[in-house]
Amino acid sequence: MTAPSGPDENRTTGDRSDDRPALVLRDLRKSFGSAVAVDGVDLEVRRGEFVTLLGPSGSGKTTTLRMVAGFMSPSGGSIEIDGNDMTRVPPYRRDVGMVFQNYALFPHMTAAQNVAFPLRMRGQPRVEIDRRVADALGLVKLGDLGDRYPRQLSGGQQQRIALARAVVFEPRVLLMDEPLGALDRKLRESLQLEIIRVSRQLGSTVLYVTHDQEEALVMSDRIAIFSAGRIEQLGSGEDLYDRPASLFVADFIGESNILRGRYEVDGADGPWMTRGQSRWRIGHAAAERAALEAGSAAALVVRPERIHLVDTGSAGGPGMNVVDATVDEVLYLGPDTKYQLALENGQRMVVREPREGSGRELQRGDAVRLGWSVEDGLLVADPASG
Amino acid sequence: MAALGGLTVFYLLAPTLVIVPMSFTEARILSFPPEGFSLQWYERMVTDRQWSTGIVNSAQVATLTAILATVLGTLAALGLSRGRFPGRTAVNALTLSPLIVPVVVIAIGMFGLFVQWRISGSLIGLVVAHTALALPFVAVAVGTSLRTMDRNLELAAANLGANPRRSFFHITFPIILPGVLTGAIFAFITSWDEVVVAIFMTSARFRTLPVEMWEQVRQAVDPTVAAVSTTLLVVTTVLLLLLLVVRRQAPAQ
Repeated sequence: MTAPSGPDENRTTGDRSDDRPALVLRDLRKSFGSAVAVDGVDLEVRRGEFVTLLGPSGSGKTTTLRMVAGFMSPSGGSIEIDGNDMTRVPPYRRDVGMVFQNYALFPHMTAAQNVAFPLRMRGQPRVEIDRRVADALGLVKLGDLGDRYPRQLSGGQQQRIALARAVVFEPRVLLMDEPLGALDRKLRESLQLEIIRVSRQLGSTVLYVTHDQEEALVMSDRIAIFSAGRIEQLGSGEDLYDRPASLFVADFIGESNILRGRYEVDGADGPWMTRGQSRWRIGHAAAERAALEAGSAAALVVRPERIHLVDTGSAGGPGMNVVDATVDEVLYLGPDTKYQLALENGQRMVVREPREGSGRELQRGDAVRLGWSVEDGLLVADPASG
Repeated sequence: MAALGGLTVFYLLAPTLVIVPMSFTEARILSFPPEGFSLQWYERMVTDRQWSTGIVNSAQVATLTAILATVLGTLAALGLSRGRFPGRTAVNALTLSPLIVPVVVIAIGMFGLFVQWRISGSLIGLVVAHTALALPFVAVAVGTSLRTMDRNLELAAANLGANPRRSFFHITFPIILPGVLTGAIFAFITSWDEVVVAIFMTSARFRTLPVEMWEQVRQAVDPTVAAVSTTLLVVTTVLLLLLLVVRRQAPAQ
């Protein structure tokens, strides 16, 4: 088996003519007593799409996944797979694959027997089982370890066997619950690529749960940001990073400088953000997208790599916001340098600059001026101070 | 410390260490140290009708008890660990009660009832009585296996297409099997050397080995008792060693 030449081709096209979504969640809810774990989740996953549920622990993403698997029954709403209502169907008749964080390989079976299990349960003929098990083991590049027991395999190998077991019966949806959570960083990265390769090669529809945003950004076509049992925002990694719809998303995805204040519009001079004596210009596009009422509590979000250290004499100009700051800490991160700074009003800021060509050797306590293009500021409502 | 430990071990093992050499004596009475070396008391044990039927009876009772207690105890443990029903805590406590209630109390209670039912002094009566005593050991051993078993394995089995029945036979049962075997061995041993309940439940026509020993020692102390004791001991020890093997074979969780 070889990887397809253009990795993205297999994703969206494939051989399925009908374009119904593979998975539809409608107003899905789950409460445990008075505690609400999932509070009305709506989600459509297209065939062959890789969607990640990302959020802090306790945000309802794992509960949602478990309801799709059928391990928990929803308190409300519905689950549809390939157009069939699965809300009350027991897990063993749902035909979805699942990869668990702790692998959940059967300890009394060899790797090959583990992979064969779903095919045996489906009453496949032996010859067929042997062939498909060999294919699946080959797919995860463990063709020669089929006779080993799980305890004789490393964590990474066990998870690849678990992946082979979850895809060997060609499930309609593949669910993954923090599958790389128990592995160390290096292995995690190589397995991320492995999972992407396998799922693309098979054209699998994947619903993936993680709390690791980098993992979500690397792997997903779309990401659903979970917070307090709801989807806060659904979009591609770029959407979420460049156009966060809320302060929560802006804060959760990537590092952010968050300047809180009041949103103001004064005539031709364009929209502003004010706080005490400070005033920052906001781009028209950002203001339009946020659609806030003048005078409401808002937050201006600026990514650390969008802020630059400028000459202390520089006034900025109409397209720039400038502010004076003091260097608190200088951190070398290989290709980048990260500066932690404080504004005069005590607000903390983070700036990230490539080391190459910066030519600066800043020290703690140095006074600097920060500048960013007005267009690089994102505007969101600030629910906390509203 | 080492000396104290050694002393404790000696204290625990001394009665055993005395009885084994005594069984090989040439003398006609129980004596320590033994005189000479002879297997005559073992020969006597096997050829004497009362002793040999005692051995056969004990083996029968213990085997049937082990089977019955293992089936019932495993089912009880499954129900208690997987089931959700009112009064679960109370049922759990009741299952374990034979471990706490004085054996003689159980014996008298059962005796009264079994006489009425006309099953006292029979194989079936004793098996039923011993099963009650042995069941908690099985329930505890299997319950421990079920608790330490990764619940995700059952979820994984369901996810991969196994209905509850197939999930049990293909996944749960093989994984808790070491616990089931441990329970079975404990159940066998519990019955094999039980004497209090057995005294109530046996009759002159039907005696187990420990009861036979007790009866004989009250009349005359002949070294056959030492040979029988050694035999009981060997069987129990072999079973305990088997237990260690079972434990070692258990798949890593």
